[in-house]
Amino acid sequence: MATKSLQKRESELASTQRQVEILSNGIFQSGELPTFANKIKETNQFPLKPKKVEILQINVGYMCNQVCSHCHVDAGPDRKEIMTRETMQQCLDVIEKTGAHTLDLTGGAPEMNPHFRWFVEEASKIGVKDFIVRSNLTIIRANKKYYDLPEFFKKHNVHVVSSMPHWTRGKTDKQRGDGVFDKSIKALQELNAVGYGMPDSDLRLDLVYNPSGAFLPGDQAAMEKDFKKALLEDFNIQFHNLFAITNLPISRFLDYLIASENYEDYMYSLVEAFNPGAVANVMCTNTISVSWDGWLYDCDFNQMLDLKVASKVKHISEYNEELLNNRNIIISQHCYGCTAGAGSSCQGTVA
Amino acid sequence: MDKSYYNPRDLKKFGSITEWSEELGNKFFEYYGKVFEEGALTPREKSLIALAVAHTEQCPYCIDAYSQDGLQRGITKEEMMEAIHVGAAIKSGATLVHGVQMMNKVNKLEM
Ligand code: SF4
Ligand code: SF4
Repeated sequence: MATKSLQKRESELASTQRQVEILSNGIFQSGELPTFANKIKETNQFPLKPKKVEILQINVGYMCNQVCSHCHVDAGPDRKEIMTRETMQQCLDVIEKTGAHTLDLTGGAPEMNPHFRWFVEEASKIGVKDFIVRSNLTIIRANKKYYDLPEFFKKHNVHVVSSMPHWTRGKTDKQRGDGVFDKSIKALQELNAVGYGMPDSDLRLDLVYNPSGAFLPGDQAAMEKDFKKALLEDFNIQFHNLFAITNLPISRFLDYLIASENYEDYMYSLVEAFNPGAVANVMCTNTISVSWDGWLYDCDFNQMLDLKVASKVKHISEYNEELLNNRNIIISQHCYGCTAGAGSSCQGTVA
Repeated sequence: MDKSYYNPRDLKKFGSITEWSEELGNKFFEYYGKVFEEGALTPREKSLIALAVAHTEQCPYCIDAYSQDGLQRGITKEEMMEAIHVGAAIKSGATLVHGVQMMNKVNKLEM
């Protein structure tokens, strides 16, 4: 397993432009498979338009203590992109006036941003309805200075959403790195200990499942049942919901697909599983994604492809919800990942 | 004509068998879909049975399909391999138990 980001390895795929080219060429250029735009034209869903902004997803930096092989952020310890306090202040100003009910902090490992705690404290004062932090679990065990994170999350009533690719050690460590499983289990037990994830608790703890390979996630409800049973029986761990998320063909997952010669077959399965019913609720229809340096995107995936919003307003400093709501969403073939089967978003299935 | 009897892409064309016999084809796929729904057995258990039978039938399409199906359901490699051993054990048992027939015949014929 690689221990460096594509960027650090100076891989060709570190270039977002190169990724966009790959997604537009080959089987999609030759017409062997329809482009996403043509596909949604068939059901009169083109151009894709946003509804109202409900979720503000803020990426506070690409630095991470892990280097997962499927990571669409190309995150890792070697990434230095970190949101400054000034940009955070601009985000807080927006949080105060937005009609969005959900604030969703992501990364990298958001906790590694030196201003993370300050930002959480300030944001929680404003009082959004649902305040999510996407925590990779191992960060809680990575260093003494993070040991109190469960208490800190509790204090600010943060909704914790964490990744867990499988309930067995082998599959987890293969995707996320050696030792990740044991640390994640320990972190989950600690979250449970302060009340997170317990059946009647208001302290929400949800898990995210991504397939560890070139296949689509199975039925979300069935997976949740299996996860719950195994984690409870083997480790006495409880959690609320499981979100099954499809891996999108960008960044390190794209690199893996190409290197393992699975790219074409994977795109075939995504296109075959296309569900027109999922299109209306894809994540970009109710989310604005903000990058570490304050740029605005339709979603975290478009952020990683550096496809900024097609609006006059492109930066958090000039945020204007009305103008943003008039934009067309920028799409490419990676979008098929959001519309396969029951659909996929940071909140799980959408159809 | 293809140079090989099996082409992985043909699995995706399975549905086209209805074109030459619509009613029977549709009835088959309806039945097939029903069989794999949750019943007294879970879809997960059914997937493992299908994988084992795919091997005893030695159908490359079914092996592709149910290896992938298993992964999607979070079935582990160990579970998949054990399922195949069940199929293999029944296959070899079925061969060997006929040894009794051979023994009967030999015993009857031999003085
Ligand atoms: S998937 Fe999450 S935990 Fe893994 S490297 Fe990427 S940001 Fe870090
Ligand atoms: S990848 Fe982003 S832009 Fe494309 S459908 Fe998904 S959420 Fe929307």
